[in-house]
Amino acid sequence: MTRVDPGYFLALAGLMFSIGVVGTLVRRNAIVIFMFVELMLNAVNLVFITFARMHGELDGQVLVFFVLVVAAAEAVVGLAIILRIYRLRESANVDDVNLLKW
Amino acid sequence: MDVAVFAAVFVVSLGASLAMLFARSAIHVALLLVATQVALAVAFLLQGAFFVAAVQVIVYAGAIMVLFLFVIMLLGVDRREALIEPLPGQRPLAIGLGVLLVLEILFASMRGLDLITSSRAGSEALAELNRDPGNVEALGRLLFSDFLLPFEVTSVLLVAAIVGVMALARRMGSAIIRGEESGPEEAAA
Repeated sequence: MTRVDPGYFLALAGLMFSIGVVGTLVRRNAIVIFMFVELMLNAVNLVFITFARMHGELDGQVLVFFVLVVAAAEAVVGLAIILRIYRLRESANVDDVNLLKW
Repeated sequence: MDVAVFAAVFVVSLGASLAMLFARSAIHVALLLVATQVALAVAFLLQGAFFVAAVQVIVYAGAIMVLFLFVIMLLGVDRREALIEPLPGQRPLAIGLGVLLVLEILFASMRGLDLITSSRAGSEALAELNRDPGNVEALGRLLFSDFLLPFEVTSVLLVAAIVGVMALARRMGSAIIRGEESGPEEAAA
């Protein structure tokens, strides 16, 4: 087991999560936005692993397992929706999907 | 040694995820995300999560990212990033809020520092757990006892995702396919 303090891992996870939030807000391509969502999920996974180590239990690692499964399902459904939108609009840009916008 | 590995993980994962913000092509973003995920797998290894690290590389960096690349290739690599902004000032605002979020998270981490520094015992307990039943065995026992219900619900989620994706990705509106499909249904009715 590493001697590196868990605080550094938490700081790394926090920075990565923030980058994911900024990317989700800044980018326009729907697939790229999805990848930033995956980045945020990864950062949360790192937090779970770090907490599992801090508490000396494996519950956090099991939760990462579930996060992985949910992320896979979410990615598959989201990409299918993007595919439908692309067929309809000929574009993966989120600003082109504005039918429900007032 | 550990510190050097962690420094490498820190630099690679943060550098790759920062580069994701500025990469033009969606392919480059996907490859940088793979680099981030592999670096994170090393961070998992450092913290004694051996099984999850392997799953991270196989499922995340392998399967899910292949799916992303597949869809990018299917839609064609689109290098155009829209320059017109429908909401004026959204990007500077997003970056400002992101910096605020970083400060907030770091502040919260600092507040919890007493918890962090007292974690040496937990670290040793986890190392002991990894030694005696082994990481995979302990995880499996936990998954099939305490987490049995969530585990089974997960399978329902996966089936729902499969059915939903098949319904979404099917080419509706194509007269030929609709004609083929309505045939057996009418016969059954």
